[in-house]
Amino acid sequence: MIQFKNVTKKYGKTRALDDISLDIGKGKITGLLGPNGSGKTTMIKLITDLNKPSLGEVLINREPISQEAKKHIAYLPEIDHFYPWMKIKDAKNFVKTFYEDWDEKMYEELLGFLELDGNMSIKKISKGQRAKAKLLLAFSRRADIILLDEPLSGIDIFTREKIIETMIKDYREGEQSIVITTHEIKEIEHVIDDAIFLNHGKIVLQGDVEQLRAEKNLSLVDLMKEVYGNGKEF
Amino acid sequence: MEFDHSRPIYEQIVEEFKKKLIRKDLKPGGKIPSQRELAQEIKVNPNTVQRAYREMEQEGITQTLRGKGTFIIEDHNMIRRFKREMAEKALSGFLEEIEALGYGKEEIPSLIREHLQDQKNRGDRGTE
Repeated sequence: MIQFKNVTKKYGKTRALDDISLDIGKGKITGLLGPNGSGKTTMIKLITDLNKPSLGEVLINREPISQEAKKHIAYLPEIDHFYPWMKIKDAKNFVKTFYEDWDEKMYEELLGFLELDGNMSIKKISKGQRAKAKLLLAFSRRADIILLDEPLSGIDIFTREKIIETMIKDYREGEQSIVITTHEIKEIEHVIDDAIFLNHGKIVLQGDVEQLRAEKNLSLVDLMKEVYGNGKEF
Repeated sequence: MEFDHSRPIYEQIVEEFKKKLIRKDLKPGGKIPSQRELAQEIKVNPNTVQRAYREMEQEGITQTLRGKGTFIIEDHNMIRRFKREMAEKALSGFLEEIEALGYGKEEIPSLIREHLQDQKNRGDRGTE
């Protein structure tokens, strides 16, 4: 569904992505895994069309990314992208006006599930609550593609678990495609269908996670250690 | 449910249902949770749960009745078969470990006999 065709992305002299070709399947949860600087965020940004490839192309449903296609993508960036003076409900109203697939009922339900309140002020809440608020706004849309850039980084274990539960809770299997980048491999072992391991802008290993387990008798964490030497960077 | 992440998770979900049948926590003809319910309960990707359910249907363990849910097939022989299957698996694991210690195959029966005897003696003295 999301296709990278010989994609290279250069920032100055650095090659953030180096001739990447791959297909991200429809209706699956795909993990983009790898150390810092391996190209994970760059890949996400190319799918959002916020960045353009230096060479090659990124396609969605076999077409260059169109305005129409972008309407169906929900993107959770790594940075905090909401104005600090906003309350959660202000941020909600902001997002809601942009997207037709906004689901108010889902928003109300998730608000309770994530133990948030629309009147909470973004500058006053904790880091974990901010992470949950970002997730809330991404998952309150009936988007076909959800891109989550490091939704788990720097957050306590309970919040991480809550975030993962949210991903699974209303997941429309076979229909919705979720792409998640993370270092917290252990937490997403049982959540992702496909894994793509990146290193220095190249794909070092990719595959169906259950099949990789059957073939190698390794968990993703151990597979990662094998792929990157001794896993020092994690 | 705790998973061994070095083995496919859908296989472990299937095994868990088999174990439940062996322990009689689940009975032939009984209803099992919907895929969505189970995915939420054990916090696993719904696609993986779907795979496990597909596997169980193919193995003839379950059947899905439209609008009613998924049920264990009314087949009591299958439980005996699962029991045997699990025993075989436990035995191969055991044999692998014992052989790694350097014991020959012919020594294993006496090892087991002695162990059982020791256990029995301890039991007789009431320290079990």
